[in-house]
Amino acid sequence: MNDLLEVEEIETVFRTERGEVTSVDGVSFRLKAGETLGIVGESGCGKSVTSLSIMSLLGKNGSIRRGEIRLNGRKITGLAESAMRRIRGSEVSMIFQDPMTSLNPVFTIGSQLIESISLHLKLKNRQARDHAIDMLRKVGISRPEEIMDEYPHKLSGGMRQRVMIAIALSCKPKLLIADEPTTALDVTIQAQILDLMKKLREETGTAIMLITHDLGVVAEMADRVIVMYAGQVVEEADVFTLFDKPLHPYTIGLMSSIPHLDADDDETLASIPGTVPPLQNMPSGCRFHTRCPLAREKCSALAPPLLEMAEGHRVRCWAAQGDMEGYETQAKGEFL
Amino acid sequence: MIEFDSSVLERPQPETASTLLQLNGLKTHYPIRKGLLGRVRGHVKAVDGVSLDIREGETLGLVGESGCGKSTIGRTILRLEQSTGGQILYKGEDITRYSTPKMRPLRTEMQMIFQDPFSSLNPWMRVKDILKEPMLAHGKATASTADAEVDRLLDAVGIPRSYKDRYVHEFSGGQRQRIGIARALSLNPKFIVCDEPVSALDVSIQAQVLNLLKELQKELGLTYLFIAHGLGAVKYISTRIAVMYLGKVVEIGTKDEIFRNPKHPYTRILLNAYPVPNPHLRGREKIVVQGDVPSPANPPSGCRFHTRCPFAQELCRQEEPPLAADGTNGGHAAACHFTL
Repeated sequence: MNDLLEVEEIETVFRTERGEVTSVDGVSFRLKAGETLGIVGESGCGKSVTSLSIMSLLGKNGSIRRGEIRLNGRKITGLAESAMRRIRGSEVSMIFQDPMTSLNPVFTIGSQLIESISLHLKLKNRQARDHAIDMLRKVGISRPEEIMDEYPHKLSGGMRQRVMIAIALSCKPKLLIADEPTTALDVTIQAQILDLMKKLREETGTAIMLITHDLGVVAEMADRVIVMYAGQVVEEADVFTLFDKPLHPYTIGLMSSIPHLDADDDETLASIPGTVPPLQNMPSGCRFHTRCPLAREKCSALAPPLLEMAEGHRVRCWAAQGDMEGYETQAKGEFL
Repeated sequence: MIEFDSSVLERPQPETASTLLQLNGLKTHYPIRKGLLGRVRGHVKAVDGVSLDIREGETLGLVGESGCGKSTIGRTILRLEQSTGGQILYKGEDITRYSTPKMRPLRTEMQMIFQDPFSSLNPWMRVKDILKEPMLAHGKATASTADAEVDRLLDAVGIPRSYKDRYVHEFSGGQRQRIGIARALSLNPKFIVCDEPVSALDVSIQAQVLNLLKELQKELGLTYLFIAHGLGAVKYISTRIAVMYLGKVVEIGTKDEIFRNPKHPYTRILLNAYPVPNPHLRGREKIVVQGDVPSPANPPSGCRFHTRCPFAQELCRQEEPPLAADGTNGGHAAACHFTL
């Protein structure tokens, strides 16, 4: 059986005033039906551009230069805009970080819901409206009939994100791309939304691509995780393996730089020195070598490949690929 | 750096450390004006009767969700907002109604670090000028000594001296936040309000900035009011923590008391809602509260949390619980009729 989504070696570039920049460089992954894949990384690592590449929403300056994306075995890279439109919202839909700006302020909640329902499900007015109300109820909005006639500014951030989820799921997509869906929300509201996403995932069997910088959210939601750094996948594993036994020094650093609520030791927090390199000026060799405490000459000269070290556990690091015994403990110590 | 036994500084004893700042029933209300004539039709009660004290050398963490009034408290203490009731005592002196000129010398002692390192630094100024301006304005340096001071500040926050001629846009978010910290330090303050200083930064950078703030505190004996919604950061940096909900402090205590033995249902729910970076704990029992935070213009009667509290009873709807110190626990207090 084919995987639901296959992303193969895609490279996404943007034309800018200062020349072309590569945001996503040779990213591959697969997603099975019903699976939740977490994509983690810091700002500028290419996680959002990866999702926009799948949706073909790169704008006029962005394009996929090479690689292929297949949905249900069908190639969707290079599809005409009209064909892509039929896919967006019905087979793949997306929720964005900012619920304040992703709803249109001049249309009612109802009309925004009904728009995609009548377009993709070909329902008549009355039925479309009923389906819309049903969706609002499903995402936990009380008084859905009244909310249908409200404008977005009347709703709180949490309510708006619920509406976004209702719109995204209204046409029963096989894949939901959630780009930092709870980053703009308060902790208690975040808990509500994550809870809702879990419930809907069980009911509908939708596969989720969850993009976030929050390792807590990933630990809570994902089956499998991809860690991205500077436009590349640096590690991939199932969620338990990744948290129990991270292999890439970057992942190790990220894990140890989160202040844990149950930690006793409150001396110094591990931190990764330096900052993410700019896209226009990527370091040679391994892109993490400028910030890696274990970097040696080979790392700055030769780019490591992404290799599978154990089943389903891929990593892009020379040390992890056998160059250095016991580097994990050393890395942990060095970040302190 | 001179080696000394820093353990003396690290944990100020509640009995001996003196109170630097005290809030007594502080209120900051904003009028809501409506209609053609702009008549006042009500008030947004951003801060509504907050009493707490901050001791010298400690970090008081202030947590709560958006709209709970935590940032307004910070801004009111620094007199960037005018309070509408209650008192602010700094070193025992009531500064609540200090005039602008009278406030001026105090401003060198009380500084602020802002959340957004992109909008809180002037894009038209070079880094060295951003750092010099407060020193020159307050007469802490002269044109001839300022350059050396700039170098000292840049060293302290870990920015290479050679970057001092650059403009802000040439720096990353984390570096900008370091510059913001350097600016706050330029006047040798005693007390710094840190308003969500790491919320806008990436995880790996957050740790750098938190470590820097902690080091500077140790070295310079600073007192922080650390405002944040991220509990991890607050736990890491704070000595004591105050939890706010809708303009009021609902619980206050030492870091350990708040995290190990929360007494207020809201504190417990807040701790519980925080996603734990450990996939083995994903199945744990969770209390998810329903609904949104009510509007601070029209807060609920009685206990303000009763509309969302899973344990609310009739008494909670009618009577507002006071924030009373628990006798046995010395300083750990929760404003709840039925403390957990």
